[in-house]
Amino acid sequence: MKEINRSVMKKDAVSLVTGKPVYTEDIAPEDCLVVKALRSPHAHAIVKRVQTKTAAGVPGIVCIITSEDVPQKRFTIAGQTYPELSPYDRLILDPHIRYVGDPVALVAGTDVAAVDRALRMIRVEYEVLKPLLDVRDARDNTVIVHSEEDWKSLVNVGGDNKRNIVAQSGEDWGDVEGELDRAEIVIDRTYHTKQVQQSMMETFRSYSYLDAYGRLVVVSSTQVPFHIRRIVATALDIPKSQVRVIKPRIGGGFGAKQSAVMEVYPSFITKLTGRPAMMIYSREESMTVSSPRHEAYVHIKLGADRDGMIRVISLESLWNAGAYGDHSPTTVTLSGHKSIPLYNQYKAFRFNYEALYTNTIAAGAYRGYGAPQGIFALESAVNELAAELHMDPVTLRLKNILHQGEKMPAYFNETALSCHLEQCLLRVRDMIGWDRKYPRQVLSNGHIRSVGLSLAMQGSSISNVDVASATIKVNDDGFYSLSIGATDMGTGCDTILAQIAAECLQCSVDNIVTYGVDTDISPYDSGSYASSTTYLTGKAVEKTCHTLIKRMKARAAAALQCHHTELLEFDGTTITDPDSGHCVSLRDLANGAMCTNEIALEATEAHFSPTSPPPYMAGAAEIEVDPETGHIDLIDFAAVVDCGTVINPALARVQVEGGIVQGIGMALTEDVILDPKGRIQNNSFMQYRLPCRMDMGTIRVEFAPSYEPNGPFGAKSIGEVVINTSGPAIADAVYNATGIRFTELPITAEKVYMALKHKDCKTQ
Amino acid sequence: MMNIAYLLNGKKEKSDIEPGMMLLDFLRSKGCHSVKCGCETTNCGLCTVWLNEKPVLSCAILAARIDGQRVTTLEGMQEEARELALYMGREGAEQCGFCNPGFVMNVLAMVREVTDPTDNEINEYLSGNLCRCTGYASHLRALHAFIKAKGAVDV
Repeated sequence: MKEINRSVMKKDAVSLVTGKPVYTEDIAPEDCLVVKALRSPHAHAIVKRVQTKTAAGVPGIVCIITSEDVPQKRFTIAGQTYPELSPYDRLILDPHIRYVGDPVALVAGTDVAAVDRALRMIRVEYEVLKPLLDVRDARDNTVIVHSEEDWKSLVNVGGDNKRNIVAQSGEDWGDVEGELDRAEIVIDRTYHTKQVQQSMMETFRSYSYLDAYGRLVVVSSTQVPFHIRRIVATALDIPKSQVRVIKPRIGGGFGAKQSAVMEVYPSFITKLTGRPAMMIYSREESMTVSSPRHEAYVHIKLGADRDGMIRVISLESLWNAGAYGDHSPTTVTLSGHKSIPLYNQYKAFRFNYEALYTNTIAAGAYRGYGAPQGIFALESAVNELAAELHMDPVTLRLKNILHQGEKMPAYFNETALSCHLEQCLLRVRDMIGWDRKYPRQVLSNGHIRSVGLSLAMQGSSISNVDVASATIKVNDDGFYSLSIGATDMGTGCDTILAQIAAECLQCSVDNIVTYGVDTDISPYDSGSYASSTTYLTGKAVEKTCHTLIKRMKARAAAALQCHHTELLEFDGTTITDPDSGHCVSLRDLANGAMCTNEIALEATEAHFSPTSPPPYMAGAAEIEVDPETGHIDLIDFAAVVDCGTVINPALARVQVEGGIVQGIGMALTEDVILDPKGRIQNNSFMQYRLPCRMDMGTIRVEFAPSYEPNGPFGAKSIGEVVINTSGPAIADAVYNATGIRFTELPITAEKVYMALKHKDCKTQ
Repeated sequence: MMNIAYLLNGKKEKSDIEPGMMLLDFLRSKGCHSVKCGCETTNCGLCTVWLNEKPVLSCAILAARIDGQRVTTLEGMQEEARELALYMGREGAEQCGFCNPGFVMNVLAMVREVTDPTDNEINEYLSGNLCRCTGYASHLRALHAFIKAKGAVDV
């Protein structure tokens, strides 16, 4: 292996560090109309009348759109393979307002000042309705979020809009009630995680224009160009052939850009006016009318014997979909499927779930996609069980965890073909110095040092659904161009996939030019989500290379007048006939193919995966709690990840570090708080606290690579699993320091302080 | 409208501007597309540029303030940025890259101000530069290597 398992620098690294204009806004035409939305201040209302006449008279205003002007065809903004599991419950503009920020009108004008002025001059008459804000009250509430008759679910996921149900289902395996009865100890607890914002540095943005053929071109910072094409065409009610989507460099996504959060708005303006139009979400819009992680209540019943064997796991998830159902039916299923299999020795399990509408911000896809909520609950319960049993949490886990070769009843009966979970756990125990530090140590200044740990898993692509493809062409002098539909959002897939191609074609990664994504040019790919790029598109690249080599040999056979093509040997630069010793160089082959040739030196292959091999991780946190203030300092975080073969160690490591820190944000500071009227109170980086450099202790990362037979060169995914351990590991460390078990994230200093104070009162 | 005269990346320029225009918007209108907006509330550091060689947040400064002053953006620091890019790239520390321009401007200010900075000094100096991709650890590795190499050349 020459190009695999090598820290190749990202192909765009120099451009990015030197600040080249490569993002959506940088490359937009200067004459783009500015598009902004007028948004509802009410969580639940009916728009009775919109007066736009005065606003339309503002110099520079080109058009003002209300719900009367848009197609009456419902759609979903969830970027998923068709038919989407998310309900078709949106219109571009809807007179039924379902949360604070739902758009009432769109204003397009020649400059920002004119548009801002016009927005202030629009008068809206609302019939304000009672909002439904707490998901625990949502089922069969008299307040119905989606009362419309044309609400549509393409796939039966148990939804019923008249009962506020987006999706519901469940599965039982084994005698759950019997095992709970027989268990000597049962942990019965509900865990609560809140909405969390992806907070990618580049907010949502897109511009559109009509090309020379009159087609609508949408340039967007998106993870899912092909889904955007379908969603925009559906929403605008135009043929899909009339839409082309281009993805330039993306300033981060983390799942937020797996939804068409705003592409339909400028597209609709361009369609209407024929003029280029651009919409850029402010940070406030990105915090309030976007697509955050689902708020969840996860109820766990964990039945075990005194010897620490877990007999039964029951996990019931209640999901706050918010105002629209994007990604709800799918994220909620991950809360069980990507947590329960970690403890595969159970005799029975139950996984029930429901996702319900409320009049709050519509949640969507965020790194982990439902797994972080489930894993926080299950791992916290396992840590609680260890405490109840007075057993070391590592020992308890070693008795119960999944091993390679085992069948996973809670994971579609798939077999764990590659699993180094135990190695991850044992190594992380040593890295953090668990045996010396568990559970706590009181320092001379009164601060308490403690440790806590967690396991995690995820998947690699959506099995039997998503499709990836790649096209590789041979060009002048034998350089290759690799076209992909997967989107590099900073993760480096343009480079990683080139590494896979270079390995197969036995050349330097510099000899591969990567291009992505333009839906008119690139081969189909579901997009970069569900931890699929390296695993799924990587395999498509590998298959494509093999087909291409066959083509090159066919062409060489003609040149060498050799009749047994399959015996020819390709070493990266030359194709040789071992019988005759005659050979043709790749350079001559490539250049010769441009003159008197009928064998196209290019190949396209598609790939889907019948399985979704989980990557695994063990994470351990060492924290220091100041009991006088409740402040938690993160001292050290150790992580060991099994992502199969590591294709690019530097980029994989950064994925782990970045994921851990996002998880730390969710664990300690990031909190979406609603006021009684349903307005998000912390709508800026001033109030919504992202982790900064000063908050981080040391982060140490190692790998324990297994070999996944279904992945390219044994690789699995890494992008999402890495966000899952921070929350439960830190929560357990807080328990070990203070004796207080937090069942809700984030665990802010204020909460720790108040809980300690309360505890003191009780003990006195 | 008002007229301002200033040095942008070493070049003498004059412009007519609206008095309320922010420096961030002004610089982008001048084609300095490296300057990014990330938050509108002076919390993210993406819009960092130099005013008279000192890092400032261009989202919080009126363009009118640069009258008679020197402004530097990443467009004017290409050579050093390319050097730094090699060390950032080696660690994969650039990731999505959107925070890079403001970060790089602050890094280049830091290396002029602080000799041989420790981890803590680096984190403190750059604490206003948010990054959502990396978790910051790779930045430290890249910066130490960059500073070491730079020191070797300077000696």
